[in-house]
Amino acid sequence: MNPSPGRAQTATPVPDAGPDAAVVVSGLRKGFRGHGGHLQQVLRGVDLAARPGEVTTLLGTNGAGKSTTLACAQGLLHPDAGEVRLLGASPWRAGAALRARVGVMLQDGGLPPGQKPLSYLRHVAGLYAAPRNVDELAERLGITEFAGTGIRRLSGGQRQRVALAVALVGDPEVLFLDEPSAGLDPVSRQVVFDLIGELREQGRAVVLTTHLLQDAERLSDIVYIIDHGRTVAHGSVAELVGADGPGDLHVSFSPGEDPGLPDGITAQRTGADSWMIPGLAGPEVLAALTAHWAAHGVVPHGLRLRRRSLEEAFLALAETDDDLTTPEQTQEVAS
Amino acid sequence: MSTAREELAVSRPAPAAVRVLRQAGYEVRIILGNGEQLLVSLVLPLLAMIGLRFVDLLDGVAQRRIDAVVPGVLALCLVSVAFTGQGIQTGFDRQYGVLRSLATTPLGRGGLILGRSVAVLAVLVVQGVILGGIGLALGWHPTPAGWLPSVLFLLLGAAAFTSLGLLIGGTLRAQATLAVTNLVWVLLAAGGGILLPLGRLPGLLGTAATLLPSSALGEGLRAAFIHGSLDLTSVAVLAVWAVLGTAAAIRWFRWE
Repeated sequence: MNPSPGRAQTATPVPDAGPDAAVVVSGLRKGFRGHGGHLQQVLRGVDLAARPGEVTTLLGTNGAGKSTTLACAQGLLHPDAGEVRLLGASPWRAGAALRARVGVMLQDGGLPPGQKPLSYLRHVAGLYAAPRNVDELAERLGITEFAGTGIRRLSGGQRQRVALAVALVGDPEVLFLDEPSAGLDPVSRQVVFDLIGELREQGRAVVLTTHLLQDAERLSDIVYIIDHGRTVAHGSVAELVGADGPGDLHVSFSPGEDPGLPDGITAQRTGADSWMIPGLAGPEVLAALTAHWAAHGVVPHGLRLRRRSLEEAFLALAETDDDLTTPEQTQEVAS
Repeated sequence: MSTAREELAVSRPAPAAVRVLRQAGYEVRIILGNGEQLLVSLVLPLLAMIGLRFVDLLDGVAQRRIDAVVPGVLALCLVSVAFTGQGIQTGFDRQYGVLRSLATTPLGRGGLILGRSVAVLAVLVVQGVILGGIGLALGWHPTPAGWLPSVLFLLLGAAAFTSLGLLIGGTLRAQATLAVTNLVWVLLAAGGGILLPLGRLPGLLGTAATLLPSSALGEGLRAAFIHGSLDLTSVAVLAVWAVLGTAAAIRWFRWE
């Protein structure tokens, strides 16, 4: 078995972009010079592909490199190394024709605080040949309720909705949404989630970042886990939570009856007479376990196969990435 | 999914000229709708005009006192809108991520800067109409031959001071930009050869100010409107500042 969950997934981070990919990022590296000229490497090898009709999520902790990846994909930053293709072209210094096909919602909103939401939205709409209907969009996102209020007076959630409207007003094929649900109340969150679902149904490529696992689980077709500036895993949520098997097997025995585990099975002791076998690889492992117990004449007191949540998968994958530079922490248990 | 994409209409940008003019109109509305900007762009130059009209600081520069006042006031207006106004606006837009956001739209970075430049020129026209009109009402008699050279100076001055404003707004923090541009405005207005000719500045200050873009603009406009002449030295000084300012802004401007 794998010594740690998710290891198999980390070995294949490079996506198969396919001919219809809207966004392809390959081997992306980016560093910034800080005070004293010290180079801080923010991206150390990010790979991702986003296809039309799919929600592609970049999942990672704060500072993992998600926003920097998006900035490179949007053409706001020039990569130090690697390749970025946006709708088949390089986004760096892209012309107006390419920019018109892409909508961007920045993490900090990028809204002028002195303006009112609708007037700014109309201004941005005027930069496109055939923008979406501003009034309909504002109504849909609930912006009309505060249309006459200056942006600086809006709540964080209201600003998020305006920023999303700005990204959508050009009717783009590709949407980059940086933390779209940050600061949203439950009602606004539902509106935004519904909208993202519609955009997917319409065949648009949606690329979003989030550090909220429940958002990623709910919205994503494909999740890329970014950790310390690298893609450490990718796949559908189902693939990621079941990356190395159908789930974690929890087994417990009556006091004094613990027969241990067969050789070669990696497990973690969770109590005096209980074990957890992470990422059960398949039925043959279960067969080996039951044969071992039968040989000892023991029936487990409890046996439960528990599917991992995305949060657990994420933590395991992030831990795996840390393991690349730190000593192995999972212990091999002998019977 | 690819079928769905084929059904999507490809979004297209508005024509380039429309984008730039829309941005310019948007910027003009911001400038004219902002009380602080109006104070620096119109009210303070107007107060300077009225004040200098009633004191004898400029006596002897032209036949009528007001003829020496108005060119300097127009130069001050230009510095206000192109340098102080654009510097502050750019600094805060950068801080709030507005520049990054607009750079991802069809407007792009080039369109944004072009739109701002057109806005500066449009506001200059508004300032010229209002303050020039008030000057005329106060008895200003500009030399007809000076209109053409004055347009050249206004264009060169707009290029030089807008680039310097963008340089400061694009490199310093917003609050620092606010402090620096306002301080520089006060210093240039008082001793930079804008309102007072170089000959009226005391000793070394007059000599040192010779190479400033502010004095070149002030002297050039006074030469144009009072004598109807083209001050080539001032043209050269302003042109050098415009080139250096633009090169520096391109080199060091940061969008975020």
